[in-house]
Order: sequence, then C-alpha cells, then structure tokens
Amino acid sequence: MNIDLYGFGPALVAGTLMTVKLALSALCLGLVLGLLGALAKTSPYKPLRWLGGFYSTLVRGVPELLWVLLIYFGTVSLMNRLGEALNIPGLELNAFAAGVIALGLCFGAYATEVFRGAILAIPKGHREAGLALGLSKGRIFSKLILPQMWRIALPGLGNLFMILMKDTALVSVIGLEEIMRHSQIAVTVSKQPFTFYMVAAVIYLGLTILAMIGMHFMEKRAARGFVRPNQ
Amino acid sequence: MNWEVIIKWLPRLAQGATLTLELVAIAVIAGLILAIPLGIARSSRHWYVRALPFGYIFFFRGTPLLVQLFLVYYGLAQFDAVRNSALWPYLRDPFWCTVLTMTLHTAAYIAEILRGALQAIPRGEIEAARALGMSRAKALFYIMLPRAARIGLPAYSNEVILMLKASALASTVTLLELTGMARTIIARTYLPVEIFFAAGLFYLLISFLLVQAFKQLERWLRVDACQGR
Repeated sequence: MNIDLYGFGPALVAGTLMTVKLALSALCLGLVLGLLGALAKTSPYKPLRWLGGFYSTLVRGVPELLWVLLIYFGTVSLMNRLGEALNIPGLELNAFAAGVIALGLCFGAYATEVFRGAILAIPKGHREAGLALGLSKGRIFSKLILPQMWRIALPGLGNLFMILMKDTALVSVIGLEEIMRHSQIAVTVSKQPFTFYMVAAVIYLGLTILAMIGMHFMEKRAARGFVRPNQ
Repeated sequence: MNWEVIIKWLPRLAQGATLTLELVAIAVIAGLILAIPLGIARSSRHWYVRALPFGYIFFFRGTPLLVQLFLVYYGLAQFDAVRNSALWPYLRDPFWCTVLTMTLHTAAYIAEILRGALQAIPRGEIEAARALGMSRAKALFYIMLPRAARIGLPAYSNEVILMLKASALASTVTLLELTGMARTIIARTYLPVEIFFAAGLFYLLISFLLVQAFKQLERWLRVDACQGR
C-alpha cells in the first residue's frame, strides 16, 4: 500500500514528538499532584482529607476537554493581571502550558485514587516497624512506604498513562501543534481527511503499543523478588 | 464571579445538557447491545473467533475518541461510495456521526468489561448448568450472561460516566451539547470562567445522578447478594 502524505510526513513526526513531550510533562505534574492528593486523602487531619476528596471528585466529574478549555481561556484575564503586577506586558499561558496543566490535573485526580489504594495496601506493621526503629514520619514515607507503593501502583498508573496519551489529542482544540493539529492542517491542504486521520490513528496506536511494552518491562522490574500469585 | 450571567444563560446550558444526555443514553445502550456479541466472541476458546473482536477492541481502545470522531465525520466524505449511498443523509449529520462514533467506541470498552465478567464467573456454576443438561447456548443465556451482568455492572457504570465526559468532544464537530453550548455562549459574553464553571456544575450534577441511579440498579439486581463466595 502506498500512502501519499503530500509532504506532511515531517510535520507529523514533529507532531508526534510534541504529543510525547506533552504526555510526559503532564505525567510528571500528574504524578506529583496524585501523590499529594493521596497523602491528603490518607492524612489524619480532616481538612486535608476533605481537600483531597474535593480535588479528586471535582476533577474527575468534569470532562477533560472542559478543563483544557477552562484553563486555556479562563486564565487569560488572570495572567493579564499577573503580567501587570509583575510588569511583564502580554503575559499569557501558551497552549502547551495550558495542556500540561489541564491533563496533569486530570491525571493527578485519577492517580490520587491509585496511590491511595497503594498506600492502604501496605501492611500497617511496616509503618509501625519504622516508628519502632525511631524513623521520622518523612523518612518512613520516603524509605518504607514510597518504594513499596510504586510496585502496587504501577499497573494502575500504566492504564492512566495510556488514557493520558489519548487525551493529548484534546489539546489540539486550543491549537497546540501535536499529531491531531498537524493532521487537521494536512487535511485542509490535501482534502484527504480519511487518509490523514487514519495515519494519526495509526501513530496513536503505535504510541500505545510502545507504552504497553514499556509498562511490561517496568512492571517486571518493579516485581523483582516477588512471587506472582495464581500464575 | 458574575452570577447574573450564569443565571441568565442557565436555560440554554440546560438545553445543551439534554442533548448531552441524549447522546450518552443512545451510545451506552446501543454500545451495550453491540458489545454483547463482541464480548462473547472475545472470550471464545478459538483464536479465529477471538481475532476479529480483538482487532476491533484494540483499535477503538488504542486511539483517541477525537481521532475516531474526525474519521467518521470528516473522513468518510473522502469516499464517493459513501457520499452516493443511502446512508449519506445520516453520515453527513454531526448528531448521527457522534452517536455512531461514541457507540462504536464504548462498545469496545463494554466488550472488554463483559469479557472480564464472563471469565470471572466461577467455573463450578457453568459446570453445574451443563450437568443439569442445559445446552451451551442455554447455559450462556440463562446462567452466564445474567451472572456476568451483575459482575460487570459496577464497571459498566464507570463506563457510562466516562462516556458522559467523552460526549464533550461532540462540541468539536459543531454539536451544541453542554460544552458546545458553553463555547457558543462564551463567544457571545466573553466570560469563559463563569460559563465553563456553570457547565462543569452541570456535568457534576449529571454524574452524581447517574451514580445514584446505578446504585439503585445494583440494589434492584441484588448485585451484592451475588458477590458472596
């Protein structure tokens, strides 16, 4: 089969790189938010628990597209005011930053639940053992809980990452030049919508397969020294 | 926050919300109907029966809904055969394109849920049905599917909520559902924060109501009574 890309091949490659960059940046932000959310939700302080619950419920109840639009268009006046205060005229959130914040926010809300499940899955004795050894609370978390959480949370996070990668297509709505945006531009020139959207679909499929392979190896590595039950 | 503007445009947003509900309702019901044969074929023992639903599910779960929507709405027009067919009046209409795409998309996810549910049925129950002299088809319809429906129901309710949020994409093909309506109102009022906030509240309210409805359904189907081992 021969597909004529009308010279848009390099543009699609650039779009793919942008998609990957966007997904990885949002992943970093989302992991931090998810970890903070999970800590808040499992904290002994009621206001923090309430805050964590509010974050994950609110963000998960509203469509990702709405977050993308809200953060991109909703921050214009805010950024203007901030720009005036800091004496930087024309300060604004670009599409990439808005996309990272919106997708990171959504990833973080789901990751909150994954991390919370992982924290709760760690036997209470481990924390008590840490306390008995005289470790501080921070050290117990970073040296005892966090390394074990990783193994439990990884499959859930992998699923979320694949959802995140597909959600990056939404950022094309605010004009970020990723795969979808480049395909749209190519369609306006070539008048071949099916061809180009199919190429975009195949690129996303390829990215999904890559992520699946990566997850497989990471899960294998994280499960070193553990016997898998029932398999 | 300009509350007067929100209140003023609330009726229009509610109008958008009804279209959202319509899209989601058709998609999740038609998707369920389509998913039943897919899910059964997907959990078959023979690889040649499994292969086709596997490919279908892999494509629809591996690509963004936005791409699928554009493939159907913009892409199909590339072929003269489609434009000359009797279905063209429907495939030209953004509403039917969105319904079609959402149905095909959610069917893939529901088929996976159904496969998981079918495989989670304790083997002994299927063997008991067969031992009672039920044919394979009878065991499937009277024992396995009702059992799988109860195992899969919580996951199905998640899928419905996900489709509610996915329906926001319909705004990209000019449909005036909740998000599309919000964007149109913003183009008039230049108040993105207020209007998106109100639209978000609508989504939260709808998902809250859906969650409650599924809780009732779970109680009615006595899902908890079936989970005992």
